[in-house]
Amino acid sequence: MQITINGRNIEAAEGSTILQTARREGIEIPTLCYLEGVNDIGSCRLCVVELSGSEELVPACNTKVKEGMVILTHSERVKAARRMVLNLLLSEHYGDCFSCEKNGDCELQKYCIEYGVETTEFTGARKEKNFKKKDAHPFLSYDPDRCIECQRCVKTCSHVTGRGAIWLGKTGMFSIIDAPFGEDWKNTLCESCGNCAQACPTGALTVKRRKAYRAWEVEKVRTTCPHCATGCQMDLVVKNGKIVDAVGADGPSNHGLLCVKGRSGSFDFVDSPERIRYPLIKNKATGEFERATWEEALSLTASKFTEIKNQYGGEALAGFACSRSANEDIYMLQKMVRTVFGSNNTDNCARV
Amino acid sequence: MSKIYLANSRLSDAKIGPLLKKFSNKVNVYPPGTCPLTVQLSLLQASRNQTCGKCVPCRDGLRQLEKMLIRILRGRADMDTLIEMKELAAMIRDSADCAIGYQSAIEVLEGLETFKEDYISHIRRQECTGITGQKIPCVTLCPAHVDIPGYIAHVQEGNYDKAINLIRRDNPLPTACAMICEHPCEERCRRNLIDTSLNIRGVKKYAVDQIAADKVEVPRANPATGKKVAVIGGGPSGMTAAYYLSLMGHKVTVYEAKERLGGMLMYGIPNYRFPKDRLDEDMNAILSTGNIEVKYGVNVGVDVPVEEIHKSYDAMYVAIGAQAGKKLRLEGIDAKNVFSAVEMLDEIGHDRKPDYTGKTVAVIGGGNVAMDAARSALRCGAADVRIVYRRRQEDMTALDTEIESAVMEGIELMLLQAPKSIEKDEEGNCCALWTQPQMIGPYRSGRPAPVDAASKEPLRIPCDVILIAVGQDIVSAPFEEFGMPAQRNVFQAGLDTAIANMPGIFVGGDCATGPATAIRAIAAGKVAAHNIDEYLGYHHKLDCGVKAPDARPNNRIPTGRVNIQERPAYLRKHDFEHVECPMTYEEIQQECGRCLRCDVFGCGKLDGAVDK
Ligand code: SF4
Ligand code: SF4
Ligand code: SF4
Ligand code: SF4
Ligand code: SF4
Repeated sequence: MQITINGRNIEAAEGSTILQTARREGIEIPTLCYLEGVNDIGSCRLCVVELSGSEELVPACNTKVKEGMVILTHSERVKAARRMVLNLLLSEHYGDCFSCEKNGDCELQKYCIEYGVETTEFTGARKEKNFKKKDAHPFLSYDPDRCIECQRCVKTCSHVTGRGAIWLGKTGMFSIIDAPFGEDWKNTLCESCGNCAQACPTGALTVKRRKAYRAWEVEKVRTTCPHCATGCQMDLVVKNGKIVDAVGADGPSNHGLLCVKGRSGSFDFVDSPERIRYPLIKNKATGEFERATWEEALSLTASKFTEIKNQYGGEALAGFACSRSANEDIYMLQKMVRTVFGSNNTDNCARV
Repeated sequence: MSKIYLANSRLSDAKIGPLLKKFSNKVNVYPPGTCPLTVQLSLLQASRNQTCGKCVPCRDGLRQLEKMLIRILRGRADMDTLIEMKELAAMIRDSADCAIGYQSAIEVLEGLETFKEDYISHIRRQECTGITGQKIPCVTLCPAHVDIPGYIAHVQEGNYDKAINLIRRDNPLPTACAMICEHPCEERCRRNLIDTSLNIRGVKKYAVDQIAADKVEVPRANPATGKKVAVIGGGPSGMTAAYYLSLMGHKVTVYEAKERLGGMLMYGIPNYRFPKDRLDEDMNAILSTGNIEVKYGVNVGVDVPVEEIHKSYDAMYVAIGAQAGKKLRLEGIDAKNVFSAVEMLDEIGHDRKPDYTGKTVAVIGGGNVAMDAARSALRCGAADVRIVYRRRQEDMTALDTEIESAVMEGIELMLLQAPKSIEKDEEGNCCALWTQPQMIGPYRSGRPAPVDAASKEPLRIPCDVILIAVGQDIVSAPFEEFGMPAQRNVFQAGLDTAIANMPGIFVGGDCATGPATAIRAIAAGKVAAHNIDEYLGYHHKLDCGVKAPDARPNNRIPTGRVNIQERPAYLRKHDFEHVECPMTYEEIQQECGRCLRCDVFGCGKLDGAVDK
């Protein structure tokens, strides 16, 4: 169907929203509460646009296109409404960007800068400052002072993670998010996956590690999670050559999500002092492991295996692959077990 | 398997019901004289408390609007605050997701317009406009400002004569108001905070039922002033003016076109609602003041030129009412047996009852006159009476109790039927009313308007008689020719009932407002009398000789309101006898005991709490 956005004729797909259509055409409409496929409750009203024939402004995120719609995404009226939204949000937002984990990567900050709302005209009227900060969880923390109650976290946990561990603690005027990161975090439904933190547009719900880096100091390296066979795509966040965080990337099996292991248990070992970085052979006399060359180590292992195979037969041997290995490596391992060992005793721990 | 459950009765949604009831009661009885901005603030607070908290404009914006309004009320705002409020409210109206948000903003925007002066007063002068200030609710809302708590207390103490005289201080028709007043005084009675409005009319009725008004001596008139005042029209407004003018010592001549006094009370309101002998009690009491001469059967403007009256008197009060039934432009309206309801009631008032035995009567209209005509038709023997109205029942202007009584007597309401034409038989008699069914539509000037229901066929309502009750007209022509200004036949006067640039000519009642209530006509008569007195160069203060008795302590126990009972419908519908039953001593004691004496407790003690 044909619609017009900002004077441009655009072919829109039946069933799609104004926002989807505009974004596909490269027309940016700001959103805060919207999360594709997860949250379209239309709460922030930042995405409102002017629609001919409608007295009110309509939210682009959850208004479906209709034949012949004429839309203005950046009229003065729309921009004024957006500025008002940001003003109102800031009035209930006690944040200090300097000390905020999200500084530089915050959507609220981004739009405030874009719309020139540096301070708010209003003074807060609804929220208590420092009320119910939740910070006892080892990885995650929630600071209501920075929360804009967009509910992206809520919908993510209930609809995507499937836990429903985070919800509205109070409603209406007194709306506040009840996050499961307080002293009793172990007794909540939360499985610590951190998908809520990744969904949060602000610095309200964050992975604590973020404190250690700023968005502009890091680069991201796309990789596959080393844990299970789901094969989630993730970006390792690298600062000065060191991995400082992992965030979900949009892969075919995970669509941006990660589990607790992927997000918080998949990289710190990289720089662990306990990590074995070269082959070691135990000195029988002293009982200590001593550094060896690959040549020495592999020869020793091969000779021991051959010994066992000759004495007890291949069936006495088994090969077990680590789930963190790549498929190709695991394939090679079972191939070796079957052809070289002459055994079918082979498996892999990649089960979640 | 996941189970589902019935609603838990402990849930606050269930428990909240009575609280909401109390809340709405409280809102309904905001005391008269309240600053509109504080009501706006309450509304805004209720709005922001209803936000679900989802969207920013409503959740955070309404709270900011509230803060601005509080700033204005505190006298800490400037004119920019109004602009900011408007901008924010417009943005909330345009972008909130649901009615809780956008409708609240619309209310703020409307309030900013409607109460512009009040906003500006609060900003410029840091205070309300002069016209606010809490007052005694019932006294303020009674158009004649009768001392209601005072006479209620007298009734409670058994001083019925004092009660009547205290009423007459502001309203010389206590019996009329006891029988048929629409009691606007009850609307915001403070008793609603505890249970329900006092039955104020009931208390008054009890008083005049104990002792007839003409058995209670009126105050003595002042010495004669020698001034002559003409009152044109012997209805409630004219007779009220005559009463006070006479007490002041002026010589009053009442010109009444008909044979008896009372106007619409006599010839419009059927006997079963207000027995004529009871009306005479008020009229006799008024005449007993001594300075009133009534010229019956004189139709001013027809029998005597207005000019002549004007020349022969020092002042003149025109209170001719709205006597003519409005005409309906309808095909076949000239059929035989099609009458104006007002004329039909007038005939009955003259003791000339039509004989409708066995006939089917259709009444067109939805006001009190329609109810009166329909119920009277029934009492004239009609086999079937139907009220045909183009809107819904809740849109009828008749009092709910009148509608209810009519329905109880077996009158059918045919709603959403717009009269289309009248069908005649060969002899030219009406034999049916054709209507076009309606569907209720969007609001127009404040109320939902009916529109033709396109998919419904016209309806034929067989009938032998049609009574038309679609409003009354004022016969203003002779007075307009004389020079009195009128708009669509309604005379134009100031709130002091005086006509601009026509010294000595006053006008009030239905003819200056369009058809309204008796008590408004009475109030106009009272105002006219005082202003005529001033005009004649006097400043009489009338003393009714009665004061309100001391107050008993408030009775705080929630107690039901005693309503006036009516005779059983199956009996009363066959006669013109009064339909209402007397209240008992116990009932009236309990009812009087509920009055909170707002004249003594609360703001009633403050200066300016009583309107004159
Ligand atoms: S959440 Fe965003 S806007 Fe708020 S302090 Fe953090 S960076 Fe700044
Ligand atoms: S960490 Fe995961 S499970 Fe816990 S609240 Fe967030 S999304 Fe839900
Ligand atoms: S914590 Fe973040 S995602 Fe959740 S409601 Fe607050 S701002 Fe939105
Ligand atoms: S406008 Fe409706 S949906 Fe939005 S916050 Fe208000 S009540 Fe909730
Ligand atoms: S309680 Fe009595 S004085 Fe108060 S408003 Fe009601 S009737 Fe009037």
